[in-house]
Amino acid sequence: MPAVTETREAVETLSQSTYKWGFETDIEMEIAPKGLSEDTIRFISARKGEPEWLLEWRLKAYRAWCEMEPPLWAKPHHPPIDFQDAHYFAEPKKKPGPKSLEEVDPELLRTYEKLGIPLHEQALLAGVEVPEGEEARMPVAVDAVFDSVSVVTTFRKTLEEAGVIFCPISDAVKEHPELVQRYLGSVVPAGDNFYAALNSAVFTDGSFVYVPKGVRCPMELSTYFRINARNTGQFERTLIICEDGASVSYLEGCTAPQRDENQLHAAVVELVATDDASIKYSTVQNWYPGDAEGNGGIYNFVTKRGACRGARSKISWTQVETGSAITWKYPSCILAGEGSVGEFYSVAVTNNHQQADTGTKMIHLAPNTRSTIIAKTISAGRSDSTYRGLVRMMPKARGARNFTQCDSLLIGDQCGAHTVPYIENRNMTARIEHEATTSKISEDQLFYCRSRGLSEEDAVGLIVNGFCKDVLKELPMEFAVEAQKLLQISLEGSVG
Amino acid sequence: MTMTDFLTVTNLRARIDDNGTPKEILRGLDLEIPPGEVHAIMGPNGSGKSTLSYVLSGREEYEVTEGSVRFKGQDLLALEPDERAALGVFLAFQAPVELPGVNNANFLRTAVNAVRRARGEAELDAVGFLKAVRAETKRLHMSDEMLKRQVNVGFSGGEKKRNEVLQMRMLAPSLAILDETDSGLDIDALRIVADGVNSLRGPDFSALVITHHQRLLDYIHPDRVHVMAQGRIIHSGGPEVAHELEAKGYARYLQAAA
Repeated sequence: MPAVTETREAVETLSQSTYKWGFETDIEMEIAPKGLSEDTIRFISARKGEPEWLLEWRLKAYRAWCEMEPPLWAKPHHPPIDFQDAHYFAEPKKKPGPKSLEEVDPELLRTYEKLGIPLHEQALLAGVEVPEGEEARMPVAVDAVFDSVSVVTTFRKTLEEAGVIFCPISDAVKEHPELVQRYLGSVVPAGDNFYAALNSAVFTDGSFVYVPKGVRCPMELSTYFRINARNTGQFERTLIICEDGASVSYLEGCTAPQRDENQLHAAVVELVATDDASIKYSTVQNWYPGDAEGNGGIYNFVTKRGACRGARSKISWTQVETGSAITWKYPSCILAGEGSVGEFYSVAVTNNHQQADTGTKMIHLAPNTRSTIIAKTISAGRSDSTYRGLVRMMPKARGARNFTQCDSLLIGDQCGAHTVPYIENRNMTARIEHEATTSKISEDQLFYCRSRGLSEEDAVGLIVNGFCKDVLKELPMEFAVEAQKLLQISLEGSVG
Repeated sequence: MTMTDFLTVTNLRARIDDNGTPKEILRGLDLEIPPGEVHAIMGPNGSGKSTLSYVLSGREEYEVTEGSVRFKGQDLLALEPDERAALGVFLAFQAPVELPGVNNANFLRTAVNAVRRARGEAELDAVGFLKAVRAETKRLHMSDEMLKRQVNVGFSGGEKKRNEVLQMRMLAPSLAILDETDSGLDIDALRIVADGVNSLRGPDFSALVITHHQRLLDYIHPDRVHVMAQGRIIHSGGPEVAHELEAKGYARYLQAAA
């Protein structure tokens, strides 16, 4: 219930300016020269003080990338990207010394404050847990990524005590090289696809999570990504490893400042779960979508993949995608462990001229593996949204099961929604179910709500949130509220 | 408040787009409901009863071509549906609409607070709302479980109507329009619905009860009964009109009007 009130407030706040978070922080940047070459990669690697093996790994990825072509099979169209016309490294100037609150550029903190990120909470930054009581909830650890370099990491101590490693991946490279070397690129190989190869060559930072055997991560882990430097591509690299019987819930949310030119974002996320391990990865994605005429906005080309390597392991992806001019994203699960479980819950909202091509891949390798796909697509304005999903049952996937449900909701008559399910079954005992619906918000529903005193925007927000309920309930509480706000804000002015 | 300050419908003509050709449904309807009175409208199918309820509550598909509706001194037809709700108009739907995924309590609280805000009243917090709604569900013999369900989804006919009455009581209207709320109700449900209306009766509450049958009017005693046919009120009288209709049918009124 409070969520709806907040939604309304959020909408009221935003009714003057469409994109609340369109501002740019003025911080002295150290920026790599424009362009991409082996020299750029050597520059990045040197600046980050990386070991030789990582530089070689990057260079190998770069050489593979040089041989590749951008994928053209997705539905979204965009002008060719000039990869030489971008900076591949930018970092806020760091002051020497420990990463305490006082050491953080106040400008940065103000930026996060504007974003409503709870980083300004002194207690949180200091690692003090929320006192037990009525309002107590699980503390959230924040590894904030400002542009390319992680600036503040909180709760590290509590996590360390539990044996959990949660840090910027660049730190992990230095402090836990054996883990990084062992797992980096093991789920998404350096040359996996055009954008993954690009990311492997030039990734600057991201998060690293390691949960050792038998440990339940004591808190939700959260990272906020944000593009801030003009013309700087953003190449996040996230690696999460969950060992036998361990579990972790990871939240990722992002918002980017308003700008005119398109920005490329090509992240790679790799998840590894061994026997009985469980990883829940939730995303609320709100990159700048471009203006109402379709100018500007982020190009979001993401490779997210999880490997259920152990028996009965589980990987669950939940995503709410409201931003970006173009979204190209297929969080996937490789179900290699017997009885392992893959889940994908998705809400994708497009408005104005946004284009989204998103879905999942469930690759069933082992017997008795199970996967569930619930995808909700909402299209408004002149936008175009595609669900593209693959369910593949391999010969050894005896008794494997998949259930897929794709629902599309159309608002207005100039948008498009498409469902493209690929189903490959090579095992006679596997069971695959696919359901799909397409509907419009009906006049009856709108009038019913309005006759009860709801404004048109509130009515649409309510109906859309109802449509997405099956996905939103999978989100951790902190995100569910934010997601509801985003849905309504994203659809502002789309009716009538 | 004088009579004309409450609801006055004058020479109302309205049409709907019927596959490209405008079809006139209300053809010069006059109606006046003073504050504190319950009026019933009876009439054969296709006489325009439901259209009247939609036009009064602001459904877009209907185009008003002539006439006026004054409500509490305002031009009702110039207002949006939610503004009319805030001003005190409530329509109990003949077929309440399903809102999949929308929690019934959440919907109700959003509506109540939207209306309260528009009326300049304080919004109800979660606790205050729950207290208020529990009192109402008890009165209506509804289980609290209904509040947790999705709005009208999987509700039986009786449950839907009770839910409408619950909304009506929570929104505290000054003019309730009941569009064949009695259709599909058993006697027990009918009593509960009638009680919901009767309990609101008072100097600040009026109702327009649209019905096919005398049955509902055994429980909600109208001050006036109007007979509607071909988009107009063709006869008005006291409660006895309902009994005459039940006994003798519409024929004599239709002939008299022709």
